[in-house]
Amino acid sequence: MMELNVLWFVLITVLFTGFFFLEGFDYGVGGLLPFMGRTDEERGMIIRTIGPVWDGNEVWMITAGGALFAAFPHVYSTMFATFYLALFLMLVALILRGVAFELRGKADCLCWRRFWEGCIAFGSLVPAFLWGVAVTNLIAGLPINENMHYLGSFWDLLSVYTIVGGLTFLTVFLFHGAAFLTQRLGDYGLVLRAKEYALKTGAAAIFCFVLCFVLTATKTDLFHSLPAALLLVLTGVCFIAGYLAMARGKFKSSFILSSLAIVAVSCSFFTGLFPRLMVSSISPAFSLTIDNACSTPYTLSIMTVAALVMVPVVLIYQGWCYWVFRHRVTGKDLKAH
Amino acid sequence: MEALLLSRWQFAITTVYHFLFVPITLGLSIFTALLETCYVRTKHSGWKPVCKKLTKFFGTIFLINFAMGVVTGIVQEFHFGMNWSEYSRFMGDIFGAPLALEALTAFFLESTFLGIWMFGWDKLSEKAHCACIWLVAFGSNLSAFWILVANSFMQHPVGYAVNNGRAEMTDFFALVTNPYVIGEYSHTLFAGLATGGFVVLAVSAWKFVHDDGSREAFRQTLKAGAVYMLIGTLGVMGTGHMHAQYLREGNPMKLSSMEALWETENPAPFAIVADINQDAGKNDFEITIPALFSFMLYNAPEGEVKGINDLQKEAAAQYGPGDYRPDVTGLFWSFRIMVGAGGLMAAIAGLVGFLTFTGRLEKFGFVLKFLPWLLPIPFVANSVGWYIAEGGRQPWIVVGLQKTAEAVSPNITSGEVWLTMIGFTVIYLLLAIAALYAALRFIRRTNVTQAEGRNG
Repeated sequence: MMELNVLWFVLITVLFTGFFFLEGFDYGVGGLLPFMGRTDEERGMIIRTIGPVWDGNEVWMITAGGALFAAFPHVYSTMFATFYLALFLMLVALILRGVAFELRGKADCLCWRRFWEGCIAFGSLVPAFLWGVAVTNLIAGLPINENMHYLGSFWDLLSVYTIVGGLTFLTVFLFHGAAFLTQRLGDYGLVLRAKEYALKTGAAAIFCFVLCFVLTATKTDLFHSLPAALLLVLTGVCFIAGYLAMARGKFKSSFILSSLAIVAVSCSFFTGLFPRLMVSSISPAFSLTIDNACSTPYTLSIMTVAALVMVPVVLIYQGWCYWVFRHRVTGKDLKAH
Repeated sequence: MEALLLSRWQFAITTVYHFLFVPITLGLSIFTALLETCYVRTKHSGWKPVCKKLTKFFGTIFLINFAMGVVTGIVQEFHFGMNWSEYSRFMGDIFGAPLALEALTAFFLESTFLGIWMFGWDKLSEKAHCACIWLVAFGSNLSAFWILVANSFMQHPVGYAVNNGRAEMTDFFALVTNPYVIGEYSHTLFAGLATGGFVVLAVSAWKFVHDDGSREAFRQTLKAGAVYMLIGTLGVMGTGHMHAQYLREGNPMKLSSMEALWETENPAPFAIVADINQDAGKNDFEITIPALFSFMLYNAPEGEVKGINDLQKEAAAQYGPGDYRPDVTGLFWSFRIMVGAGGLMAAIAGLVGFLTFTGRLEKFGFVLKFLPWLLPIPFVANSVGWYIAEGGRQPWIVVGLQKTAEAVSPNITSGEVWLTMIGFTVIYLLLAIAALYAALRFIRRTNVTQAEGRNG
């Protein structure tokens, strides 16, 4: 039977992958909002595509954090303290974004609405970038000592590699968001505009990804693991295929392929990390692994039961939610609310 | 060391701020669900559209509040790792589980179904739509349960063993059935009802006075809100009393500090006011009612209550030299403010209930005019209540297991925490203004009139 800490490594992977896939398009849509929507009504429709689902999607991140806390408390502790100021910035962004969805419609004044739209964009672009920085930092390794304490400062988190990582996440999510919009908007003119933005951001994403791929090969040991390397190649293949599909107007395939690319890159990253969760750049012995950072088998067994029961239930009702809102968004939907 | 003090301030500010919204969420979610149930079930053609409008009206206030609660809640989840990494390390095996369970069982539920509820009015049947808000209410109140399970462990650790330099869970069932949870959860739940009820009353009173067209609709919510708030307030008092009796064994140091009882006494008196001298370990001046403290704890005019000075000696013998007393002055006065606020709320709910049910509202209109200005009362009570709970376990972060001073993240600098503390405070202040503006504007401009007229 599989060891529970291995199972939890897999579950953490699943939660983060779900988060990147779902919030990926939320961040993308949010980031594109002020550029793509030219009128108040257009922006209303763009927001409405994620209106009913973004909060549920964000819970994937909260659950991933909670699961990390429960299953690998040392990783949770070290990671959150390490990324202190970066997380503060992310929290500010998420606070503004979350409140903006609710407050935007509460006054007619255009400046009020544009302000909150700006908050949605800021609150989407910043976390998208920061997650890329975080992920590349984790795989590249951080100065962590034998007590699992981070020895660097905020600025040590920023390097060429991690900034490229951030930009890659950002541009990929923007493409993903644009592809999502082609599936959700009812106005064909807007769909075509989403395509335009997808092609622009997609081209930037491919450029960033290639850079990131090369840097990953040189700066990390991800390619020591064959499955991780293959998954990263698969990411590139899916994404470029998705880009080409977008260019040829095959929107649905494009969205599916960009989703697959995000799933693949998340799996590649976790596979490359395994069995570590945080890599120490000081000594491999100081890395946080599924063995030295995990909870007791007792706690893990309780959490396993809960996760195996609850995750499918959550998937069912979140799936139902998407089904309820399966019709494309039109101007009529704005009046109904 | 300064990072420690600042981290404590930051946590205090953000958690008190977060808890301004939480009780409204707990109480108003259920109230909105009840309103929608009325809408679904009523056969009265005049009231049906009014109920729907009222549901949407209070639902919108709930939504603004919910958004504030969610975003400030994420800060709290991140905080444990960011500022208190050594706490999370020491406690993660126990503390992480309820947090993860909260996300898995409650956050997903409330967030997903709230999304459906918000945008699903014309997409679902009436009953299915109503079920969504009930699931939101259930999820919100369930999330409170899990986080209080986690908090109760910090107050009164059970079902654990200290191994490998950390606290490890040995009995999940003991954790969930911790007697401390029963007191904390029931007290919080009723505080939610009382706070939500007060919000309903204050808003309804304002609409009743200022919006003639909506008057009849809000006459009904004044009735409902008064009953709701009265249930909440009486519940808070009952559970608070029960929990205080439990504290005798659950956390006697907190209990005696709340009453500034320095020496062990039988029967113990109740101090109405006291000039507390923590350094000398006594009250320089006090007005007491003999035996009342014992009576409150034992339901009888006698019974020993341990004093702070004896408890301090016991703690020093058990844990080594050190000061194990919380801030007695803060606890003593917080407790009096909380109890006073609770009494005032019961009186307000009773008065408004009496006026509405006996049809005297118009005659005593000034009561309704004044009512919205009293809205801060429940928030003051909730905040000092948490001060008692969390301040009362100092110097411990987990009573008997880890001190607050040992829990702070070792790598963060005071400069960093200054930055984040000021950052959070400024953003929170600005958001409070924006959210309040949006809510007030919405309340002012939304009419809840009967479409059909005459009926009702």
